[in-house]
Amino acid sequence: MKLFRDLLRDYRFALGFWALCLLLFFAALSFGSPYDPTLWGEVPRDQRPSAEYWLGTDSNGQDIFWLATFAVRNSLIIALIAGVVSRIVAVVVGMVAGYRGHTTDRVLMFFSDSLLVIPLFLVIVMLAMLIRSSLNLVTLGLLLAFFGWAWDARLIRSQILSLREREFTQTSILSGANTLGLVFNEYMPYITPLVFSTLINNMAWAIGLEITLAILGLLDLSIPTLGTMLYWAINYQAILLGRWWWLMTPITISLLLFVALYWLSVSISVYLDPRTRVQRIGAG
Amino acid sequence: MFVRRYLIPRLIQYVLVILLGITAVFFIPRLLPNDPVMRTVAELRARGSTLEPGAVDKIIADLTELYGLEGSMGEQYWAFWGRLLRGDLGVSFFQFPTPVLRLITTALPWTLGLLLTTTLLAWGIGNLVGGFAGYYSNRRWSHLLDTVAMVLRPMPYYIFAFALLLLFAYVVRWFPVSGGATLGRQPSLSWAFVQDVLWHSFLPAFSIFILGTAVWFQTMKLVVQNVNGESFVFYAKLSGVQESKIVSRYVIRNALLPQITGLGLSLGLIFSGALITEIVFSYPGLGTLLYNAIITGDYNLIMGITVFSIVAITTAVLIVDLLYPFFDPRIRYM
Repeated sequence: MKLFRDLLRDYRFALGFWALCLLLFFAALSFGSPYDPTLWGEVPRDQRPSAEYWLGTDSNGQDIFWLATFAVRNSLIIALIAGVVSRIVAVVVGMVAGYRGHTTDRVLMFFSDSLLVIPLFLVIVMLAMLIRSSLNLVTLGLLLAFFGWAWDARLIRSQILSLREREFTQTSILSGANTLGLVFNEYMPYITPLVFSTLINNMAWAIGLEITLAILGLLDLSIPTLGTMLYWAINYQAILLGRWWWLMTPITISLLLFVALYWLSVSISVYLDPRTRVQRIGAG
Repeated sequence: MFVRRYLIPRLIQYVLVILLGITAVFFIPRLLPNDPVMRTVAELRARGSTLEPGAVDKIIADLTELYGLEGSMGEQYWAFWGRLLRGDLGVSFFQFPTPVLRLITTALPWTLGLLLTTTLLAWGIGNLVGGFAGYYSNRRWSHLLDTVAMVLRPMPYYIFAFALLLLFAYVVRWFPVSGGATLGRQPSLSWAFVQDVLWHSFLPAFSIFILGTAVWFQTMKLVVQNVNGESFVFYAKLSGVQESKIVSRYVIRNALLPQITGLGLSLGLIFSGALITEIVFSYPGLGTLLYNAIITGDYNLIMGITVFSIVAITTAVLIVDLLYPFFDPRIRYM
């Protein structure tokens, strides 16, 4: 708790944290929604924001306020699945490559480099197009996780490489620790901060890609997410027709979400180690 | 030594990555339980065409040949490379029978023009401003710029593009909502046409430029702050070297090196982000082409765009890497 209070003293962490709390509360509201998000025509179409419909309604006849609560919830679920699963892959690959070295290292790093150099986005688009019919929250999360580990595996590997040269590694090997014990008991504490700050970045990346894929119409468009809300707004030419409220809600929420996640991750990594900030920001 | 120790391994890596990428593009669709031929036929039916049984067989045979799905997986793979190396990416299904290559080369100048100018401008200006902000990091304007960059930095290109679109094209109506030029205008080299194109591309270009500048500003500022603490800067100050010379020749020049590597690494990300920005603004480049290809299920076209992008981006990264020694006199690959 002391750590948390220390972090809150940083205005960036405080702002990011409260913004995220606000969004989580907003997402939690979805459980009390009077409308079913998958049904159309529940409310009159294309109403401006009013006392009855706080954020207006869209051309599908859905209330934008309540739809957005579901959208935030679903987008966060996708991001969490993608983030957590890809962290597991990144930690395993990074640790094995860094600790084993030699051929194992070269092969694993060749794969991660390839993922970094290829325009991943297009490969993901191709894949999404082919499995479009079975893309729900979970499968989309897993698809993104499959592509989201490469850079972070590299970061963890370089961390392990430097840890391996430290004295305590020798001490621990000489006192009879096996590889697994060494890696998990001795190295894990050093890796954990990196895992958390990359988790937040990765979640932001996943939310961004979800929006991208949805705009391209590659998701199950009946599931409300930030991306599918934008898809329908574009599809019905909301901008040309002057229905600004339809676009405004998902855009404002996404901006808030991205900025909050970024400020949290910057603040955490500065707090943990000022030097990691350069590395992380360099990751683009 | 340079050739053997650096150039050849790097070129091998370049070729391997392209091979791997294109192989993935070839195999991914074939490994999935999904028959593109039958799907196309199903889509034709869904659009309301009534097909006679004989015609269906004919279409299936034609499509199988067209998709390159004849013979075993190995034969298909070799045939695929053979066509690719001849520059044959197949024909577009939707705009039949225009070759995919022609569609891509028509869209490419738009994307290149948008991307190259904005990326290079953003890189240059971001580094310049970031360099000075890092050197004078305790001034108030430096802090202010830092905060602005902190807000802009995490925004994806297209979300920012939407926000700009809402503001400029709808609220204040300064710029057009979409398109690459006024509808019906013939492309020409006249000043009026150039003006028209610039006016139409202002918002997409501006969104990519501003976000890019924020990214380079932020990284450059951090690197400069690190270089600033180095002893050679301290000695230069002590021995009375002009301050302007210290900033430009000692600090910024050294700090630029990681930025060049960063440019190479981020090209892929910038490219993908720009594709979506194009879609948001209906800008007639590769992004919009891709969007139409996805909507119409034009499979060959998507493959073509993907293959093309893999080659283009890996080549761009290779060029940045190979130019690196010219910027860093310490690296001689000895």
